Amino acid sequence: MPARAGAASDLVATIGNTPMVELRRLAPHGGVRLFAKLEGANPTGSVKDRVARAMIEAARADGSLRAGQTILEPSSGNTGISLAMIGSRLGHPVRIVMPDNTTAEREQLLRLYGAEIVFSPGAEGSNGAVRMAERIAAEDADLFMPFQYGNAANPGVHESTTGPEILEQVPELSAFVAGLGTGGTLTGVGRYLRRVRPAAKIIAAEPLPGEQVQGLRSLEEGFVPPVLDESVLDDRYLVNNRDAVIGLRRLLREEGLFAGLSSGAAIAVGLRVARELDSGSVVVLLADGGWKYLSTDLWTRDLDELEDELEGSLLW
Amino acid sequence: MSTVRIPPVLREETGGSRSVEVAGSTVAAALDDLFGQHPALRDRVTEDGELSRFINVYVNDRDVRYRDGLDTEIGTDDTIILLPAMAGGGG
Repeated sequence: MPARAGAASDLVATIGNTPMVELRRLAPHGGVRLFAKLEGANPTGSVKDRVARAMIEAARADGSLRAGQTILEPSSGNTGISLAMIGSRLGHPVRIVMPDNTTAEREQLLRLYGAEIVFSPGAEGSNGAVRMAERIAAEDADLFMPFQYGNAANPGVHESTTGPEILEQVPELSAFVAGLGTGGTLTGVGRYLRRVRPAAKIIAAEPLPGEQVQGLRSLEEGFVPPVLDESVLDDRYLVNNRDAVIGLRRLLREEGLFAGLSSGAAIAVGLRVARELDSGSVVVLLADGGWKYLSTDLWTRDLDELEDELEGSLLW
Repeated sequence: MSTVRIPPVLREETGGSRSVEVAGSTVAAALDDLFGQHPALRDRVTEDGELSRFINVYVNDRDVRYRDGLDTEIGTDDTIILLPAMAGGGG
């Protein structure tokens, strides 16, 4: 049957083209406008739908992912959930290596989408999940690992979709702020903006990891994601869990936005950048909605108590 | 004096200390003082006089690579944070 005008042919086709909303109450002064790009509006609720779709489509196109082949990926949650949804649509079983100290919702969602979960030690953080996935992949040649940390389709899809969407929605953009995870969003959007809007500032909000999840036995085990192009960044801020939670609560209270922890960190940095500008427009990318964090009750619990608990868990 | 926060992975070199008080008005001077107190740290944190790519250095919450690098000025109330490069979350 022919596609219907006005209706997507499949859920996967609805990924991207997310809303942009002005945050009038959060804007720190009248000279500057603050905007949020709502990536939680993607089908599985995070920006990672873009990345998962791009990595799978690229691998199917170049033959590295065969029909029915199993996909293996280290993920702290969102990428795994996106791969699981898309894999289920396209007939690929999905196996996710995930630290055992993330939230219950992620495990629930992965299972609902039909993924198999392999848990890695939470104390080893995301690095531990990466190492374990690499070991599993090395032992089983039938598995296909997209590897978001090193896959050019990750920054590529942000350069070809997220960046142009942002500039179309906020043409006068003067600064862009996003959380730093794999580095794909900042690298891709950053490369696009460097090309077409070189004066725009590209700013990273980076989580200050709790000591219990630093998970390194030696510095050399550390890891700069190959997809991260640090040369496109203009500044890089560390955000502790407390400030990220405060940001997330302000998003909800003042703007009605129910967002995840990395969004709280990104808005904390976005507000700081906006305060320091005399005029201009700041866009903050909110990577996911709050749904996968409800069980941690980030919105209502005592901040000190929450801070102690977050020290030992991996939420973004 | 400024404070340098030491990540768990480097505490063997500081005899277990989580933070070290240092003198100096730039990051370079503060790190020199740190290496004077704990010589084993120098080779872990720097390579050929440059910061190791496995280490990120922040003054308070800002990465010095995007400011003036090792020449970034610091005040007595500032905290220098040494952090190992790690796989981000969000993935």
